Amino acid sequence: MSNINLDAKIPPGPLATKWSNYRSQSKLVNPANKRKFNVIVVGSGLAGASAAATLGELGYNVDCFCFQDSPRRAHSIAAQGGINAAKNYQNDGDSVFRLFYDTIKGGDFRAREGNVHRLAEVSTLIIDHCVAQGVPFAREYGGTLANRSFGGAQVSRTFYARGQTGQQLLLGAYSALNRQIDAGKVKMHTRTEMLDLVVVDGQARGIITRDLVTGKIERYAAHAVLLATGGYGNVFYLSTNAVGCNVTATYRAYKRGALFANPCFTQIHPTCIPVAGEHQSKLTLMSESLRNDGRIWVPKKAGDTRSPETIPEDERDYYLERMYPSYGNLSPRDIASRAAKRVCDEGRGVGPEVAGVRRGVYLDFADAIRRLGKDTIRQRYGNLFDMYKKITGEDPYVVPMRIYPAVHYTMGGLWVDYNLMSNISGLHVLGEANFSDHGANRLGASALMQGLADGYFIIPYTLASYFAGTQLPKITTDHPAFAEAERQVREQIIRLQSVNGNRSPDSFHRELGTLLWENCGMGRNRAGLEKALKRIPELRDEFWKNVRIVGGAEEFNQQLEKAGRVADFLEFAELMCLDALTREESCGGHFREEYQTEEGEALRNDNDFCHASCWEFTGVGKAPNLHKEQLVFENIKLAQRSYK
Amino acid sequence: MNLTLRVWRQKGNSGAGKLTTYPAKDVSPDSSFLEMLDQVNQELVGKGEEPIAFDSDCREGICGTCSMVINGIPHGPQRGTTACQLHMRVFKDGDTITIEPFRAAAFPVVKDLVVDRSAFDRIQQAGGYVSVNTGAAPDGNAIPIPKAEADVAFDAAACIGCGACVAACKNSSAMLFLSAKLAQYRHLPQGAPERIRRTVKMVEAADREGFGNCTNYYECEAVCPKNIPAHFIAEMNRDYVKAALVSREFDDVNKAAEDEG
Ligand SMILES: Cc1cc2nc3c(=O)[nH]c(=O)nc-3n(C[C@H](O)[C@H](O)[C@H](O)COP(=O)(O)OP(=O)(O)OC[C@H]3O[C@@H](n4cnc5c(N)ncnc54)[C@H](O)[C@@H]3O)c2cc1C
Ligand code: SF4
Ligand code: FES
Repeated sequence: MSNINLDAKIPPGPLATKWSNYRSQSKLVNPANKRKFNVIVVGSGLAGASAAATLGELGYNVDCFCFQDSPRRAHSIAAQGGINAAKNYQNDGDSVFRLFYDTIKGGDFRAREGNVHRLAEVSTLIIDHCVAQGVPFAREYGGTLANRSFGGAQVSRTFYARGQTGQQLLLGAYSALNRQIDAGKVKMHTRTEMLDLVVVDGQARGIITRDLVTGKIERYAAHAVLLATGGYGNVFYLSTNAVGCNVTATYRAYKRGALFANPCFTQIHPTCIPVAGEHQSKLTLMSESLRNDGRIWVPKKAGDTRSPETIPEDERDYYLERMYPSYGNLSPRDIASRAAKRVCDEGRGVGPEVAGVRRGVYLDFADAIRRLGKDTIRQRYGNLFDMYKKITGEDPYVVPMRIYPAVHYTMGGLWVDYNLMSNISGLHVLGEANFSDHGANRLGASALMQGLADGYFIIPYTLASYFAGTQLPKITTDHPAFAEAERQVREQIIRLQSVNGNRSPDSFHRELGTLLWENCGMGRNRAGLEKALKRIPELRDEFWKNVRIVGGAEEFNQQLEKAGRVADFLEFAELMCLDALTREESCGGHFREEYQTEEGEALRNDNDFCHASCWEFTGVGKAPNLHKEQLVFENIKLAQRSYK
Repeated sequence: MNLTLRVWRQKGNSGAGKLTTYPAKDVSPDSSFLEMLDQVNQELVGKGEEPIAFDSDCREGICGTCSMVINGIPHGPQRGTTACQLHMRVFKDGDTITIEPFRAAAFPVVKDLVVDRSAFDRIQQAGGYVSVNTGAAPDGNAIPIPKAEADVAFDAAACIGCGACVAACKNSSAMLFLSAKLAQYRHLPQGAPERIRRTVKMVEAADREGFGNCTNYYECEAVCPKNIPAHFIAEMNRDYVKAALVSREFDDVNKAAEDEG
């Protein structure tokens, strides 16, 4: 096993002053020298766009990449509900410490105290900055910013922009990025996919890309590489992620030596539109904010197929309100999701039968409409209601919505230290792509916060400190490491094209997704995981013998793009299942059925698993090495999470 | 449902294109328009034929990636709906559906239904921002903004940059898009200092990209999936006239300074 130093580099001193001490003591790069540094930012979502823009402002030369046709279309655009910040504008007792505490507890005590406290600290700056950029947040009649509550919190600290918070925040970051493109400090490369990381003498110094329009393979060199490439939820095929989301960038960095931490920590979102049939290509989220006013219920009796309005109050089970009276419909995501699965497993689900089971629960606004009027509800959730109607053909003002959990977010990601740097020197990882802040479960409205914190407020400091303290020899793309990485990229493309089999890349992806959803989804157990671990390599073999890619490599070819991504998913899935099998406890989104309390709640094992599991690649199909970063809690007492 | 598709196939930017007919069999009325195309593509791949290239990402009407003209209408027949949110239940069994790319000189075809809309990015790079550096902002509540005004800014900010307005316009004008971008900032105090400069720079950038003029057909408003209202165009025009005056004064001042040596 190689000798990897998993030092999180948390600054010394009391929690509340770690970050300010770090900033006042870290080394700086003088303004005239900044333009001597080139930075590659892969990703133009909230994390990537905010980082590229801010680094450009500071004077660095930035190359930014995305696979969409415009940076504005990164998956962040789809976030609906909101962004958290400890502003305490509502005077309801919020504070930096409380946001920090809620995040650690929400993450089921599997995140690092130092990082999370810093996140809570900078959260307030994000709101100020976005307002200054012209982000049209929701406002009260008095002209001040409005807030709402989200799951896992008892204060109202979520800022929002109707149901389009992600689009508005991303357009803000995109505008800042545009300003730097205009100023010549950022060069944007759209429809360009990173296919490998180039490591020279232990330092990340560049990437290999494919131009998705012409098929041209290119090399880019820099002094540091930032990955802000989002999450891997699409390994399940069906998820709420945009269909293009994939694991390729982080997985290929993993194959170059970066550690992948907690890949089994995936989040299932409780409020999505249920699967309607075979044709489905993605699942649509209904923002969690709906749980502020909607009440979740199923019939008390199994097999009760009466239409919802004819079921009397006393024959309904508002199960979240019953089981978790103090949080009720706003219980955290993992808890709400499992509760929904349980009532459906009991035969009390609603909606059409798919594969023999009714998988749906009601999210009912009748009470709220009675209390607040239809107009207020329309004001708050109008676009979500419209979206629901477009997809299902049913009107939620009249009939209760039907919802069911779906894969939504991935807490796992590349391991990073306090500087957001991976174990590969110079490789920094931001946003959903890293593992750092959400432990085993992310709270609603905290991903947008993290992406923007990383990009606007953290990386500008930590990257300067890296540059100021590191010898970075001059390197061009002629270096043999670039040639070697390029050769491997080309080889993989040729290999994919030469299979010439009978099945589309999509059909493999679908099969993999179903396998994972059944065995590594909401509930996991040893037998299921072992089954998946046996099946995945077989499926991978079949892929390499029987995949069919129509069209050439030197042109726009969506099948080829897809095949490359599916090939990575087929390797990554194995790592995810192995991680799930190895973590013999339940925590947050990782629910091992063998480890639960009598009431069916997650049973953590702090003696053996209070660590991040960080995996080191050793070869395809070979067991990876496990490294553990012990988590130390100095400011919070480990407790069983209770939302009762 | 069983349908007949007539789809625009075009190898690349330079090649000629043509409509080709494909059957779409056993389509579920619950599938989305793009899922129907996925299904047809699976069959094509099965037969070793090149699948139909089309763009999409979020598939929930917000990223603005999907872009196709369905039976002559950008994004298809349902108002306020992107192609990805259009569901097959709005069609009838046996229908013939024609599918073409967004057409405009400023949106060259990449392949089949995929077009290059980078002109929109370049327009925004020319001035679609507030010049504020990270870390320099006052408290978020320092400037109260009346809710009504904030709501107008939001209505404009809802534009997803899809380009349907351009595809619907006889002149390939980008005015609805452009006016929406400008209106967001126009209705917020943060946008005020650069209002005139921004208007001039962005309008001129749109001209450079080869988008046409607005001659008030308002086809744009009818196809916009986010219901961006066309009255933003009038607002923009007023600002542009004002801008022309201001910038002439500005030029005069500069000139005077030069004359004085
Ligand atoms: C439907 C939905 C709703 C959500 N709502 C909320 C919410 O209300 N509040 C909240 O806090 N969070 C929400 N989330 C989560 C949140 O949106 C995401 O976690 C967050 O936006 C991720 O941002 P990111 O910048 O890390 O990555 P992304 O926005 O996913 O961006 C990834 C970028 O990387 C690029 N990229 C990836 N791979 C490559 C490659 N190989 N080569 C080149 N470029 C590459 C992509 O092109 C893209 O630009 C939601 C998520 C979903 C799915
Ligand atoms: S104005 Fe409407 S049609 Fe035009 S780009 Fe924006 S959302 Fe699309
Ligand atoms: S695919 Fe995103 S709007 Fe249609």
